[in-house]
Amino acid sequence: MRRSALELGVPVLLVAVTALIAGALSQAHQLEFENALVTTAIVVALYVFVGNSGVISFGHVSFVAVGAYLAGVLTVDPQTKAFTMPGLFHVLGHSHIGTIPSLALAAAAGGVYALAVGLPLMRLSGLPAGIATFAVLGITYNVLYYWQKIGPTAQTLSDIPESGRWTIAAGTAIAVVVAYAYQRSRFGRMLRATREDPAAARASGISVYRQRLLGFTLSGALAGLAGGLYVHELGLITPDLFYLDLTFITLAMLVFGGVGSLFGAVIGGLAISALNSFLGDAENTVHVGFRLTLPGGTRLVTIGALMALVIILRPSGLTGGREFGWRQR
Amino acid sequence: MNWGQGIADAISLGALYGLVAVGIGLVFGVMRLINFAYGELITAGAYVLAFTSGWPAPLAIVMCFAAVIALALAQERIAFRPLRRQGASPAAMLVATFAVSFLLQAVYLLAFGTRGDIVGTLGGLNSPFTIDGVDIRWITLVSTVTGAVLLLATGALLNRTTIGLHVRASAQDFRTARTLGVRADRVIGLSFVVAGVLAAAVSVLYTVSNPLVQPDMGVPITIFALVGVVVGGLDRLWSAALGGFAVGFVYGLFGDLLSSQQAVYLPSVVYGAVIVVLLLRPAGLFAPFRARQVERV
Repeated sequence: MRRSALELGVPVLLVAVTALIAGALSQAHQLEFENALVTTAIVVALYVFVGNSGVISFGHVSFVAVGAYLAGVLTVDPQTKAFTMPGLFHVLGHSHIGTIPSLALAAAAGGVYALAVGLPLMRLSGLPAGIATFAVLGITYNVLYYWQKIGPTAQTLSDIPESGRWTIAAGTAIAVVVAYAYQRSRFGRMLRATREDPAAARASGISVYRQRLLGFTLSGALAGLAGGLYVHELGLITPDLFYLDLTFITLAMLVFGGVGSLFGAVIGGLAISALNSFLGDAENTVHVGFRLTLPGGTRLVTIGALMALVIILRPSGLTGGREFGWRQR
Repeated sequence: MNWGQGIADAISLGALYGLVAVGIGLVFGVMRLINFAYGELITAGAYVLAFTSGWPAPLAIVMCFAAVIALALAQERIAFRPLRRQGASPAAMLVATFAVSFLLQAVYLLAFGTRGDIVGTLGGLNSPFTIDGVDIRWITLVSTVTGAVLLLATGALLNRTTIGLHVRASAQDFRTARTLGVRADRVIGLSFVVAGVLAAAVSVLYTVSNPLVQPDMGVPITIFALVGVVVGGLDRLWSAALGGFAVGFVYGLFGDLLSSQQAVYLPSVVYGAVIVVLLLRPAGLFAPFRARQVERV
């Protein structure tokens, strides 16, 4: 009981603390902290599938995108929509719902899309699975960029109502809690069994396909939720936000923190985001006991170098795949 | 006439992607590692060409080759050797090569800015000659011929030399090969050198038609080639090369022939085809029929 409390409590606590700190800062910093929370939610969603199944997926940002666009389009005022996106489907163009229902719908959309994609794809493993999920990302990006009936295509979708930091923190915390509940459940355990030894798992009566599909769908739903949070945090989105950069940064954060653990996902997301913000500020001069000004562009190089270094020297990540509170063997 | 031009361009694009596919497939064969940072080798070569634009062409090309091969060996020594020693999980190795790619792009951005630089070397090859009323640019011919020659040379290296035998043995079973006296580091080093040579060749040829060099120009190349390698079949070099060629060819052909209106959903169609191929033949389109099947559940 106590171990569960630590394993779940610490990640959630980190989320809450981030939201608290965000409140004490200026407007610009607040946005960075909220961004950190949303990114962490995406990493957690990714972890639910990649961490538990050991199969890499490059396509999760598609589910984030679908959730984001659905939540965004549905919460924009219909009069604005008639003007900026006249080609929308009738249902999309005339609906106007609140933020919380939009988040729920975003999660549902992500889950449905993941289920549809997973039905054929979950039979694949290893590199073919990676490439196939990458193809899904490519298709989603292409369609969002050009199909006028579902969104503003290449233009920015804006005028989306923004949420406060506690809504975003709550959403992230929900993602963490769901991820934890799943990994402690029978299904999570079965999926992890397939990761460790597929043959033995199958011999024990576990259907690898079914468990992967379940994990994939759940992780897609969480990704959709994260997408909804994203769109309500930023207030505007474009398809370019949901393509290669986000895919790779979230994967790298996950591996950096530790692929096999929820705590790793949270730590990876928050730590890299924090470092990113700090370095971004340092490029504009910051006081750390002395005045520090970094030349422009060093932020990306530093982040890249740090991630590369950690992943190369310690491929199991910062946490080594262990949850918080586990003792080192 | 559009067809002839389209096909000629598609073939030359296919040849380039075939080269990249071989570069990626070679390293994969020996190390079981997909090098996401391969495109960054091409970008490095392109930048060297951009900065030596005024120099005589042969000298610029030599500089390009030297720089790219040096970078390839550096990648091996600094990033991939520790990974190999650690026995990391495939997911971690994949992401590690991505991290290296990200880092190199950030370095290029810091060093050269987003403005982009122009390559002038060999620009003359853009001029066309005419066959049967079809205008074919010299570069198309040069790319195709160079591509074919390099592929054959790589094949000869692997099949007819002792060190090539060592490479093939390592690709088949690394541990046993080492037990039999094959020097692992030498074999891997050679693979990276060859991969570097191919990447340098690609950067020379590619920048003739696409002279603008930007920090992230290598990313789409890597992606297309990677898709081609997996679709063609990872396990054999020639199937990887064919896969890369196929992707380049199809993309070039349809990109040229379709009007911009129709071509809008072309990527989705290509990606959709990739998914179908992977579902039906996960070992690759061109893999031998009784190939060791990829694990399916």
